Amino acid sequence: MSLWLTAIVFIPTLGALLLLVFPETQGKLIRTVTFIVMALDFAISLPLFFLFDASSPNFQFMEVYEWVPSLGIKYILGVDGISLLLVLLTTFLGPIVVLGSTSIKKSLRGYFGAMLILQTGMLGTFLSLDLFLFYIFWEVMLIPMYFLIGVWGGVERIYAAVKFFIYTMVGSLLMLVGIIWIYFNITIPDVGHTFDYLALMEHTRNMPLPVTAQLWLFAAFALAFAIKVPMFPFHTWLPDAHVQAPTAGSVILAGVLLKMGTYGYVRFAMPMFPEGVDYFRPLMLTLAVIGIIYGAMVSIVQVDMKKLVAYSSVSHLGFVMLGLFALTPEGVTGAMIQMINHGLSTGALFLLVGVVYDRRHTRMIAEYGGIAKIMPWYAAVFMLVMLSSVGVPGLNGFVGEFMILIGTYETAPLAAVLGASGVILAAVYLLWMYRRVFFGEITNPANKSMPDLKIAEWASLLPLIVFIIWIGVYPNTFLSKMTVAIEHFLK
Amino acid sequence: MEHTVSMSYAVWIVLFPLIGVLLWGLVLRKMPEKVVGFGASLMILLSFGVAVALTMKLASLDPHHRVVEVEIFRWITAGGLNLDFAFLIDPLSCVMMLVVTGISFLIHVYSIGYMHGDSRFSLFFTYLNLFVFFMLILVLGNNMPILFIGWEGVGLCSYLLIGFWWEDQNKAEAGMKAFVVNRIGDFGMLIAMFMLFHYLGTLQFTEMHPAAAKLWGHNIGALSITVITLSLLLGATGKSAQIPLFVWLPDAMAGPTPVSALIHAATMVTAGVYMIARNATLFALSPVGMSAVALIGATTAIFAATIGLKQMDIKKVLAYSTVSQLGYMVMACGVGAFTAGVFHLMTHAFFKALLFLASGAVIHTMHGALHHVHDHHTDPQDMRNMGGLGKHIKLTYAVFLVATLAIAGIPGLSGFFSKDEILAHAYLSAVHEHNPVGLIAWALGLMAAGITAFYMFRLVFLTFHGRYKGPEGSEKALHESPAVMMIPLVVLAFLSLVGGYVGVPHLPPLPHIPHYLGDWLAPVFHHAHEILNEVHGLHHTPHLSTVEEWVLVCASVVVALLGIFGAYVVYMVMRAEAKPNESQEGFGKTLFNKYYVDEIYHAVVIRPLIGLCRLAWKYFDAGFIDGGLVLGTAKTVRWFGAPLRRLQTGIVANYAFWLAAGVFAVLIVFLIH
Repeated sequence: MSLWLTAIVFIPTLGALLLLVFPETQGKLIRTVTFIVMALDFAISLPLFFLFDASSPNFQFMEVYEWVPSLGIKYILGVDGISLLLVLLTTFLGPIVVLGSTSIKKSLRGYFGAMLILQTGMLGTFLSLDLFLFYIFWEVMLIPMYFLIGVWGGVERIYAAVKFFIYTMVGSLLMLVGIIWIYFNITIPDVGHTFDYLALMEHTRNMPLPVTAQLWLFAAFALAFAIKVPMFPFHTWLPDAHVQAPTAGSVILAGVLLKMGTYGYVRFAMPMFPEGVDYFRPLMLTLAVIGIIYGAMVSIVQVDMKKLVAYSSVSHLGFVMLGLFALTPEGVTGAMIQMINHGLSTGALFLLVGVVYDRRHTRMIAEYGGIAKIMPWYAAVFMLVMLSSVGVPGLNGFVGEFMILIGTYETAPLAAVLGASGVILAAVYLLWMYRRVFFGEITNPANKSMPDLKIAEWASLLPLIVFIIWIGVYPNTFLSKMTVAIEHFLK
Repeated sequence: MEHTVSMSYAVWIVLFPLIGVLLWGLVLRKMPEKVVGFGASLMILLSFGVAVALTMKLASLDPHHRVVEVEIFRWITAGGLNLDFAFLIDPLSCVMMLVVTGISFLIHVYSIGYMHGDSRFSLFFTYLNLFVFFMLILVLGNNMPILFIGWEGVGLCSYLLIGFWWEDQNKAEAGMKAFVVNRIGDFGMLIAMFMLFHYLGTLQFTEMHPAAAKLWGHNIGALSITVITLSLLLGATGKSAQIPLFVWLPDAMAGPTPVSALIHAATMVTAGVYMIARNATLFALSPVGMSAVALIGATTAIFAATIGLKQMDIKKVLAYSTVSQLGYMVMACGVGAFTAGVFHLMTHAFFKALLFLASGAVIHTMHGALHHVHDHHTDPQDMRNMGGLGKHIKLTYAVFLVATLAIAGIPGLSGFFSKDEILAHAYLSAVHEHNPVGLIAWALGLMAAGITAFYMFRLVFLTFHGRYKGPEGSEKALHESPAVMMIPLVVLAFLSLVGGYVGVPHLPPLPHIPHYLGDWLAPVFHHAHEILNEVHGLHHTPHLSTVEEWVLVCASVVVALLGIFGAYVVYMVMRAEAKPNESQEGFGKTLFNKYYVDEIYHAVVIRPLIGLCRLAWKYFDAGFIDGGLVLGTAKTVRWFGAPLRRLQTGIVANYAFWLAAGVFAVLIVFLIH
């Protein structure tokens, strides 16, 4: 048994400890070290993609250690076709957000330390196969994010950070209750009480939990995850958190954190409580569709670019939830790839909003206008990312949305038709914003001297662009990794 | 229907323009105009060469084997969904490829002159190459999603090119309008694809059509296939600017004139017609779908033609004319005359591209003349400032006249043959298939033909005849455009003249010329026609008698001549152009204002939608959910928490007491169990 996954999870934490060595004044060094640690983590995680056996539905590179044997708590890490790409997305975004943090000047050690610990929390969440361990990582991740928003955020940062923290915490506690209930109420022969995910799955497959228990448990888990996604109507913490968070915080929040909610459904809520899925499916589909349309409608009238992108996330994640609860291979595969797509495209959008924010310290659409003239490359990159988000075929967004909707039509035609109307609205809110920001004459003199994209900005955006196009043109590179796992999931 | 014929080089037809995009967009964008302009044109010429090679190869095959699939790579695999990035080379896609690459090449060359001196010259050609790339994917795609890649891709290029001069917010807005309105159509396309996949399990044309015939063949007109065809029709009304989604096309004239010619007249806007023709089998299975197609097409044809009567901007006249002519093509498909629809698509591509490019030459000339007298206020596109240009730009006038005669339906020119074939089929459908929709289509089509002749000659008389009404002194500066612009015009004029001879009707005692286009396309629509005959209870495809044919031809010609004569009387004899406020009287005002459709949409759709969005945000989201539920909960918790706060005394002894109490409580619980 190797320690590969453990290394991937904890290298960022080691990096955070390493930062303690450097004095606060060495800003550049701290930044460089963080970047190296993140890049190293990505480099170490990358071979997973090539060594992963996509023909097997099983967890791979497993690490199983007893942790607290008396309570049945184990340290289990493992990766399958469902978590593989999410893990890689997380490590991939790591170095990118470091590059996207050039404007941070305040207590850099704390900032990058928090970011590294956050990375550990997120990777641990995707890789844990023990409910207790999962819960710990899930909660651990809240703390650095809380500080990232609360310390390095905008004017209303404290309000946003507290709201984010409490809201997520309330959801998590319900899940904790669920986890403890499972622990006490399932006794596996020869093992006893356990938090071991695989053992619990194996056991419940043969001896399903009572229906009412499944409904309650599903509700508890689903609520925790719904807040994280966030699904309508639990989404109001998101715009506040996004608007107040520093650019890198928003990128991580949109890119990875929200995916933990959708991942929670695929990994835990849905396979563990199939009765709950059956019972709540109409509700979940309804909320997903409302999220798609409502999120898009609210996006249309936003005056703040970041808030617009935040609400668009509500819409996009509605698509993901729709695909998951379609319960068809096309829909679930689409949802999985759309998680990655949203991470890339919305992550890129937040980076792009950050570019002009750094120059002008405002995110108000009305403050801009005509800036394609002085920032042509920025305008071009923004256009590409926007088109990806709008779902223009040939880019990544379309692949996910199309698969989700075609898969949803199989089992829930009305939801698919209503959801498809979201593609019209997406064009409205993004193109309208783009027109107001980039086109026309430059009327605001403050905009006349903004420099075009800088090297660090290019460096953070280019890798995202590569995958935006790659997934659009040849998604099979990534789809092939999850096919078997999804077939297994649907059983 | 896989064949061993290797056509894998077909991929080059899209690779050449793609290479162009990378060259002019990234690598060589700083090169001089000549290099970029001719380089980009060369890419398209190479594509045209591939198209010719493919067509010749296909022609060498047995007519029943003229379906070649070229698989390039596997695009999406998930569950039952297996989508290849693959091309379908059949007679229909060959016609489209040739038209697209041929016209594109000419317009690329023309643009070298037209765009001379523009600060974003390279970008323009990058977009043009990108457009051709997507347009070819559209016409070559072997399944609906690949077609859709092209479909949305050309829409994107249209958006980028309409707003090419985006410093002007109106132009940027026109581009956005085009994209968003088209998205409404795309919604229909998506729904159709979902349903087709649901019912047939495939989206690949060669599998989908036989499967559809099998599934619905004995249940013609089933609700499912009707909804599918209506959804596809919605898609077509977006891309091909039909009622109710035509509103974006007239505004699209904000783009540079070569773009209007290429994208918004000759090629992209015909995509809806192509898509319907490509799915002829599906439409044939739904009589309601067919009727809807015919009615939408016929209504659009006449509706847009009437608007064209009163427009003053030379490009706006041509824009509404395009909407109207697209209506003919759609109508043709609706009465089962798919070949005629594709035929008109082709001839229209010739003469409408020519009309736009020639109008571009007129605008170019006017612009130069106005510039000469330092006049920057007079609109060079407004016909009220023109007149008498025929004397100054003779060649432009000549080619414009050829195109005008073609679109007016004067016998011998290309437009006559295709338009006449459409009207003949509408009549055929009315009389031999007892289809009332056919009768409506024929009547509206015939009326629209007269109106077309009228407004086109109005345009010619106002622009090229009479007295020059531009500013004093500018007359001297009116001169022909450079050769690089004029040569494509002459080539297109030639095509507008002779392009119709590939589809000559059989009119004894005139000598019989085979209907080459019909014979070439026959295998493509064979299946659809079989189904249609079955629907109408016919054993073979009906034909008009010689007498009927002659009567119809004469009717078309008479109507066209009446239109021309009317325009002559009003604008040459009565000199109606002298009234600058022509537009401001009665129904004319309504026509000038395009029936107020934009205003109606704004009031009925856009404003309520934005209002609803604001409501959702301000009152529902910020007010109810966040302010009421979320913060309300928080406040309630705090309210309940207030008494409990007293427990947090800060005195260690108190905590110790509660801790001990807790431990005991747990102990007791355990002891009880």
